[in-house]
Amino acid sequence: MSNTQAQAEQEEIDLSQANEIIDKYINMKGALMPVLQEVQEAYGYLPEDCVQLIAERLNVYPSQIYGVMTFYAQFHLEPRGKYIIRVCMGTACHVKGAGRIADTLSNRLGIGHAETTEDLKFTVEHVACIGACGMAPVIMVNDATYGSMSVQKMEEVVKKYQGMD
Amino acid sequence: MAEKAEELRVLICQGTGGLASGAQAVEDAFRAEFEKHGVEGKVGKRCTVVGTGCRGLCANDVLVDICIPGQEAVTYDFVKPELVTQIVEEHILKGEVVAKKKAGPYYNKFLEKQMRVVFSRCGTIDAESLDDFLAHEGFTGIKKAVKMKPQEVIDEVKKSGLRGRGGGGFPTGVKWGFCAASPGDDKYLICNADEGDPGAFMDRSILEGDPYGLIEGMMIAAYAIGCKNGYVYVRAEYPLAIQRLQKAIDVCYEKGFLGKDCMGLGFDFDLKIKAGAGAFVCGEETALMASIEGERGMPRPRPPFPAVRGLWTKPTNINNVETFANVSFIFYKGADWYSSIGTEGTKGTKIFALTGKIKHTGLVEVPAGITMREVIYDVCGGILNNRKFKAVQAGGPSGGCLPGEAIDAQVDYDSLIKAGAMMGSGGLVVMDETTCMVDIARFFLNFTRAESCGKCVPCRIGLKNMLDILERITEGHGREGDIELLEDMCVDIKKASLCGLGQTAPNPVLSTIRYFRDEYEAHIKDQRCPSNSCKALLKFEVIEEACKKCGLCYKICPVDAIKWEKGEVAIIDKEKCTECTSCYDACRFMAIE
Repeated sequence: MSNTQAQAEQEEIDLSQANEIIDKYINMKGALMPVLQEVQEAYGYLPEDCVQLIAERLNVYPSQIYGVMTFYAQFHLEPRGKYIIRVCMGTACHVKGAGRIADTLSNRLGIGHAETTEDLKFTVEHVACIGACGMAPVIMVNDATYGSMSVQKMEEVVKKYQGMD
Repeated sequence: MAEKAEELRVLICQGTGGLASGAQAVEDAFRAEFEKHGVEGKVGKRCTVVGTGCRGLCANDVLVDICIPGQEAVTYDFVKPELVTQIVEEHILKGEVVAKKKAGPYYNKFLEKQMRVVFSRCGTIDAESLDDFLAHEGFTGIKKAVKMKPQEVIDEVKKSGLRGRGGGGFPTGVKWGFCAASPGDDKYLICNADEGDPGAFMDRSILEGDPYGLIEGMMIAAYAIGCKNGYVYVRAEYPLAIQRLQKAIDVCYEKGFLGKDCMGLGFDFDLKIKAGAGAFVCGEETALMASIEGERGMPRPRPPFPAVRGLWTKPTNINNVETFANVSFIFYKGADWYSSIGTEGTKGTKIFALTGKIKHTGLVEVPAGITMREVIYDVCGGILNNRKFKAVQAGGPSGGCLPGEAIDAQVDYDSLIKAGAMMGSGGLVVMDETTCMVDIARFFLNFTRAESCGKCVPCRIGLKNMLDILERITEGHGREGDIELLEDMCVDIKKASLCGLGQTAPNPVLSTIRYFRDEYEAHIKDQRCPSNSCKALLKFEVIEEACKKCGLCYKICPVDAIKWEKGEVAIIDKEKCTECTSCYDACRFMAIE
């Protein structure tokens, strides 16, 4: 386990933000998903303490919440990197060599699908389709899309982000 | 448009693709130039779709349209901020078109055979502007609809012959009739914008390029069925679509177009966005409803159908984005006009997303019944690098692969099913001779296996077993009898699965075995991959006779494993080679195996 991660666990998590989010949705039907989505946006992932809080306040079993969280691809139970690199693995990207891009990226950063570098800088995810098939193969770094990728272009993109804080 | 907007307009493609190519900088440059020269004009965001979309060719981003009242609009491609000064000074101020930078003839060719109905506003109006929408027939459809009785609205949709564009192709009017006939006042209307099929992105394009059009279609449906509450279930992978649609919904509430007594038309309709969370199975309607309710998105057996017992046990009607978008146009121009387009069984137009090894990847809207050949060669310019066409995969993971012989098949619901594929949501992935069909079957199965919700055994365990076999084959360990075993399992899984995901997951395997059995046999019997695509079976050698000594492979190799000098045959150093297949893809002469 990395230092930062250990630190994050030792520190008490400030639950006020989570409480505010729950306040917004508490009387709404089907509140669980929007609450999880917003809490994740606020904290970057879903810390265990928040899950306990949501369970108590929305009156659902934690097991049910974990059931939902592990079902959907977009919920994360561990802290994630500052830059999230999504490698599209859709059909169009696959046909145009997404596998090669993903392999090179893994070699470069030393992490595979759904893993985070120790310094919490990068997380790599292989995703189904980000709907940018016309520019295949595609990767996304946070919200920025990079299309028509080649192994070389990918190296440049990674270098650019490695150089940033 | 000259009569409505007597002003100069600049429309800039600002999709993720456009933005990635610097569309924001181009917009800023236009604003700055306008200010500098004192030009009055509107700089607008055009349909903003990733990569391609709007009019299909955003691969040439940034695309800019200059619309001067009374003149034909001029399209420029590959616009950079530096070019903006030139465009403003020469074209806008002096009236001399910058001919060198105009989009080339392929752009007109691309549009020639298309019939843009649903997309008629996408790319020509400012997607975020309600005024632009109103100036282009916006909300005239709903105004016509409320003058009819709800049943008459349903009959009009039935008469148009519209079939659901989400894939199944069920007649939309009939579906509406079921829900309208269910007892109770508390009903729900859902727009399925989950669009999980890899290789399809037309729904996203509509959401981003014409969000008001979707809202109007939903209002017409809500009025006809008697629903007061609507949801748009958008996948969370589409942040820009969510943002655009939310803005459109907010504006509609502000102007009183949504909510209590919509536009003063005498009915109430509330519309909300629900963001998905990344699960392909949520495109299935019962799973989608479970997801809105905040549960795991697991499908349940039907009947009861959603029209009887749907969201929160109330009668519910679900259609996809393209279907609702079609509805608006049926009411603008009438059911007779609509049903005059297309074939006997499929009316209207269909949007296809063309991707893969094709020259002009993009979204095209064509009248149903046009042939695959016309779409691939006439509209999209044929195969990349002038390679040989091998197959086209239609309908995503639920569809099938059609071989070269089937290229003259018509694109409509019935012809495609006869040919062994399906229309599905309209994704067409084009493959050339470098694509291995066994690998494609493996790819789709890997996808559906990962996305299976796991509720029913045939889907959960059956797909895993099939995938194991396919993986073995692509690694060169195939056994005699594997093909027959796969065929058997396909039939069983299709029969026994609970929902559409499992029932259609074996389709890619079945269709590739049907048309490309020899490739399976080559893998199993000779441990050979005929398209040289399965890594484990590749040798990585240059075929001397075929090598044109061009050096492309040398330039592309990321690890300098290729030795080449001008006029010499390239040599691959196997010690250094990481078997990444870059060189194989780059070689235009198929000289590497």
